[in-house]
Amino acid sequence: MPAFTSAEYMAILLSLKVSIVATLVSLPFGFGAAYAMTYRQFRGKVLLDVAVNLPLTLPPVVIGYLLLLLLGQRGFIGRHLLQPLGITLIFTWKAAVVATAVVGFPLMVRSIRLGMEGVDERLIQAARTLGAGWFDTIVTVIIPLSLRGIAAGSALMFARGLGEFGATIVVAGNIPGVTQTIPLAIYEYASSPDGDAMALALCLVSVVISVVVLLLHEYLNRRIAKAD
Amino acid sequence: MELDVDLHKNLGAFSLDAAFTVQGERIGVFGPSGSGKSTLASLLAGLQRPDKGHIRLDGEVLYDSSCAVDVPPERRRIGIVFQRPHLFPHMNVRANLLYGFRRSAPSDRRIDFDSLVEVLQIGHLLSRGVHNLSGGEKQRVAIARTVLSSPRLLLMDEPLSALDDSLKFQIIDYLKAAGEAFRIPHLFISHSLLEMRIMADRVLAVGAGRIEAQTTAEELARSRMGQSPVGYINLLRLAHPRRVDGMSAYAWGGTELLISAANERPEALFELSSKDIILIKQHPDAISARNLLDCIVADTFRSGNKVGVELACGGGRLVAEVVQEAARDLGIETGSRLFAAIKASAFRRLG
Repeated sequence: MPAFTSAEYMAILLSLKVSIVATLVSLPFGFGAAYAMTYRQFRGKVLLDVAVNLPLTLPPVVIGYLLLLLLGQRGFIGRHLLQPLGITLIFTWKAAVVATAVVGFPLMVRSIRLGMEGVDERLIQAARTLGAGWFDTIVTVIIPLSLRGIAAGSALMFARGLGEFGATIVVAGNIPGVTQTIPLAIYEYASSPDGDAMALALCLVSVVISVVVLLLHEYLNRRIAKAD
Repeated sequence: MELDVDLHKNLGAFSLDAAFTVQGERIGVFGPSGSGKSTLASLLAGLQRPDKGHIRLDGEVLYDSSCAVDVPPERRRIGIVFQRPHLFPHMNVRANLLYGFRRSAPSDRRIDFDSLVEVLQIGHLLSRGVHNLSGGEKQRVAIARTVLSSPRLLLMDEPLSALDDSLKFQIIDYLKAAGEAFRIPHLFISHSLLEMRIMADRVLAVGAGRIEAQTTAEELARSRMGQSPVGYINLLRLAHPRRVDGMSAYAWGGTELLISAANERPEALFELSSKDIILIKQHPDAISARNLLDCIVADTFRSGNKVGVELACGGGRLVAEVVQEAARDLGIETGSRLFAAIKASAFRRLG
């Protein structure tokens, strides 16, 4: 087993950081989208459904490229929103977060939605007639009862984030120590003549992190089931 | 309580058009399943939005399409007891009970937690999770949870249909006890005439999404006697039996009724079908039926091809039915004297 240099440690830490931040940032939006699609009737619901699920079917490279066009210096969001605020996203770790969040979003929304659809509508009605407003009902009934879906969605997104490659390499590049996550590092070692051992070692790290995440998810799931 | 309603709601193949004004504390909504009773309940509670119309409860507008008023369900103060308990599974019994209580305005709180817990006998359940309760216990907790939110109107949407017979009459007693102790007007929705008779005075008869009639439970039972396979059901609440020859003798209307359905409880509700009462003109020498009551005809009414005969026996009232020929033969008219023979086994204990 080859010894990791600081570049590899940086890649491991960056992978974790990007996935965690992407999951946390997406959670409120994912919850909002799932709530709207489960409980609200509005025009353009189908459109929202398609938009949310699009990243699931598009090649990640396409997403990365579209994000680059949108967030870049001449892109719509880049020029009108990010530049006035003095934010540069492209080729920073924040761009990797955005890419990871967009790619993992449909998975998160699907899981939360599944959890919400499992909540008995009568319980929500009971809460309302007992004097709870809609926000109160969300906090005291819907969130606690769809916790499994929320946990599953977060775990899925985190796991998907660890493997994110296509979109990240386009918007964040592959800069060691700055935007190079584990998959990008593996890619670089795999394409260099004597990088096999290092690539394999990083693969092993990837497997270990994934197993830990899955075990943690299973553990949380059981605790929630027990609390129910 | 006065409820003034004029509602229209189109649900595809089914449409509800309900217009009525009803006053009273014990209102019933009676009709077969699929007639729109539950839709009416959710419109009243604000869980569904009508297409147009208005809802006024004691003069306060809860919904009015003409001036765009639609009070959200949490501010209508209309409590619902559903067919199934729908307790919050992630809370224990106490947290379930306090859910509505904590959200009610302190000035509206009229229900004392401890005395309600006492009335519904759920004190020993408070710290339990809701999964460890029996069906009857769950429904009692659900009733208590709704009552504790201090509603000004209690909607009961078939609260007994999911319970088996013996449990049903226990829960009825609890419902009545809670209603009487805390004086909350209720709208009791059911397809069971018997439940209507016990729980409601004024009754709205619903059919095919329309209010067909506003009547009383008693009138409804009399008008349906002719077509009903069980006739008119006399309900007798009897107490403190004496054991006589393997039967129970209950004091009733200044005399005693012998009943073979034994019961250990001090008080019980019995039903007696109008078909099980035989009317005789003269006192027979001997008869196998164990109850022979000396009665005066208080009233007669027609229902289908049957004649209903309301009998006054001492202080008690019973309704018997005979076919028209028999009524002629016996010369039945208001004020005439008759003997009513009833077998001890004809009484059926409820619950």
